[in-house]
Amino acid sequence: MMMIIVDEVIEHIFDFITSHKDRNSVSLVCKSWYKIERYSRQRVFIGNCYSISPERLIARFPGLKSLTLKGKPHFADFNLVPHDWGGFLDPWIKAFAKNRIGLEELRLKRMVVSDESLELLSKSFVNFKSLILVSCEGFTTDGLAAIAANCRNLRELDLQENEVDDHRGHWLSCFPESCTSLVSLNFACLKGEINLAALERLVARSPNLKSLRLNRSVPLDTLQKLLMRAPQLLDLGTGSYVHDPSSEAYNELKASIQKCKSIRSLSGFLEVAPRCMAAIYPICANLTFLNLSYAAGLHGNALTKLIQHCNKLQRLWILDCIGDKGLGVVASTCKELQELRVFPSDPYGAGNAAVTEEGLVLISAGCPKLNSLLYFCQQMTNAALITVAKNCPNFIRFRLCTLDPTKPDPVTNLPLDEGFGAIVQSCKGLKRLSLSGLLTDQVFLYIGMYAEQLEMLSIAFAGESDKGMLYVLNGCKKLRKLEIRDCPFGNAALLEDVGKYETMRSLWMSSCEVTLGACKTLAEKMPRLKVELINDSDQMEFNLDDDQKVEKMYLYRSVVGHREDAPEFVWIL
Amino acid sequence: MSLEEGGPESPESDVTINMMSFEDTELTLGLPGEGRSSSTTTTAAAVVNGAKCSAKRGYIETVDLNLGSCSSKPRGHGDTSVHDSGAGKPPAAKSQVVGWPPVRSSRKKAMNESCKYVKVAVDGAPFLRKVNLQAYSDYRYLIKDLENLFSSSFTIRNYGTCDDDKEESKLKDGAKGMEYVPTYEDKDGDWMLVGDVPWNNKNFSNMFKYCKLS
Repeated sequence: MMMIIVDEVIEHIFDFITSHKDRNSVSLVCKSWYKIERYSRQRVFIGNCYSISPERLIARFPGLKSLTLKGKPHFADFNLVPHDWGGFLDPWIKAFAKNRIGLEELRLKRMVVSDESLELLSKSFVNFKSLILVSCEGFTTDGLAAIAANCRNLRELDLQENEVDDHRGHWLSCFPESCTSLVSLNFACLKGEINLAALERLVARSPNLKSLRLNRSVPLDTLQKLLMRAPQLLDLGTGSYVHDPSSEAYNELKASIQKCKSIRSLSGFLEVAPRCMAAIYPICANLTFLNLSYAAGLHGNALTKLIQHCNKLQRLWILDCIGDKGLGVVASTCKELQELRVFPSDPYGAGNAAVTEEGLVLISAGCPKLNSLLYFCQQMTNAALITVAKNCPNFIRFRLCTLDPTKPDPVTNLPLDEGFGAIVQSCKGLKRLSLSGLLTDQVFLYIGMYAEQLEMLSIAFAGESDKGMLYVLNGCKKLRKLEIRDCPFGNAALLEDVGKYETMRSLWMSSCEVTLGACKTLAEKMPRLKVELINDSDQMEFNLDDDQKVEKMYLYRSVVGHREDAPEFVWIL
Repeated sequence: MSLEEGGPESPESDVTINMMSFEDTELTLGLPGEGRSSSTTTTAAAVVNGAKCSAKRGYIETVDLNLGSCSSKPRGHGDTSVHDSGAGKPPAAKSQVVGWPPVRSSRKKAMNESCKYVKVAVDGAPFLRKVNLQAYSDYRYLIKDLENLFSSSFTIRNYGTCDDDKEESKLKDGAKGMEYVPTYEDKDGDWMLVGDVPWNNKNFSNMFKYCKLS
């Protein structure tokens, strides 16, 4: 007797399958499963907004409730992609509104978001709950006002590092008195003043508020009042943290902070008075995440003393003014550390970074659980990297940036090939890698050989010949994103295995040796790859000589036609 | 090629591939604007950035307000004029390369705003120091920190009451009998005594041009 599992049962089983990868796999088993999966799918992740169209998305997943959408390529973060390149939210919102999609959550990264699309969003989806914008641009506080005013069930408004035109309006006051559902509010990236009284009232009527990140305009005495209202917070981002430590307001803050026993995550300190850090000490032992990467005024003893209280830290973001010695303090205090990010206090790179390979070695020795690193440093040595690889075999993300991008090992004057080679050989689970320093083709040989799980690789000013790029393309089977700038990789490397690019999300190559002719060949051979040539935004003319080197090329796989919103300075082959 | 971002006080006017040694960008000796071999006379008027200061004797504490930038001015968006198709070639001047170091513009801008470093020099002290005006909520702690910075060179004598904005704290060089009071040059070029203008004004630090402890 054959047992037939009814569709409803299968659907119920699929409810337990939540990861995108697994759901994608499940949908490939058979037509029946494809159908069941697509109707039951609520969460979709789209890593490149031009790989699919809104209409196709809606057609396949009519039950869509939660969408993550990414727009511009990663190197747009570093001004390598002109404004107006693309990544517009508008067509997506329009399509969702038109087709009555029950959108509840929207998470966007590197997209261009207009006030109009925010307003349409706020009015079209009754159950809209969560808006997370990361590194987006194109909107003003007017758009935020619409979200505040119209999204009756809003739980989360999380703005991370966006470029927002702050009209200094009363967007915060637009949350109606009936809005009591807020769980998470992050407006740290806004530059302008906000209505402090409205903020206090909002926090007072939000009993579920767990995460609150303020902007620079919120002074310390307001912070104290907010903490009094919301001692249940899990995540706090301070505004301006400057006050007179002998004042009444500061003493009240100390008392209020002590009551916030649930805070596990602390950030902000956009302006900071080192003398006021003592108020934080009572909650330091509970912290698992501490972000001091904007606290330029905090260094030396004030900084290390604070860190010494934080023995449960799992994630730490700091500035390089902590110095190698300060990293030693981190190493001896933060034994649970998993993620470390050390940012340059001089982000224009004209000066010196205050950390070297020594700090990293100390960290690796003291923090064996370390699995994620972003490290801007003055210099790096092979010996240090080899030691780090031995001490910390669990790296999933390893991003190193020497301020001088082609700096060799200062002790031996050799390239850093062996050091990075040790990292990829030791860290079998490495998924993301960024290289810097003097590097030859050899490092790519190692990467191709050992980095079996590598999904994203960022290369700058490295390599000697096409062989370097070929080692990577041939070796890294799981590679999804490859971004290369200022490397001597050319046509031979680009064209050797054109099929490879359909297994990847995207390839970026700028200031390399690739010519127009080769790009045309690639586009011809692979119709499902979009090959974009990008000029500077004031340069509409393309040099039509096939032998001309291409300044910026961005290619990505796509199941739809050419995008129609490309500006004049983008040529899609 | 010269650094487009180099400000007048930036020593990195000739940039090569090799990083300047750390010492080069450390504390400078002597009076500002006079280079490293200058004397540390206690009587000379400060010459800062070519502008002559008034001839108050016995002290110089000059603070250059390095408005909005710790070291160099922000690069304009889309500035590709210095960007060669330098495939495989190391950049001629590292700082001129677009997008290096790879830091998000929002972070660069935010860092600009949290950095209001000013140089502080005292005539007679062997080197200058830097303080971040953003870290203070009023004068008292600024003056206190300045005293601490220079305490190795001078004895400190406190003056005046603690509550008043107009507290004057004077550094006194016991040996030479000279006193130091904090002053600054405002945007009109006048030397003002620190303390007359209320601190707790967000615009305050924009008014500093120089601060002299004199």
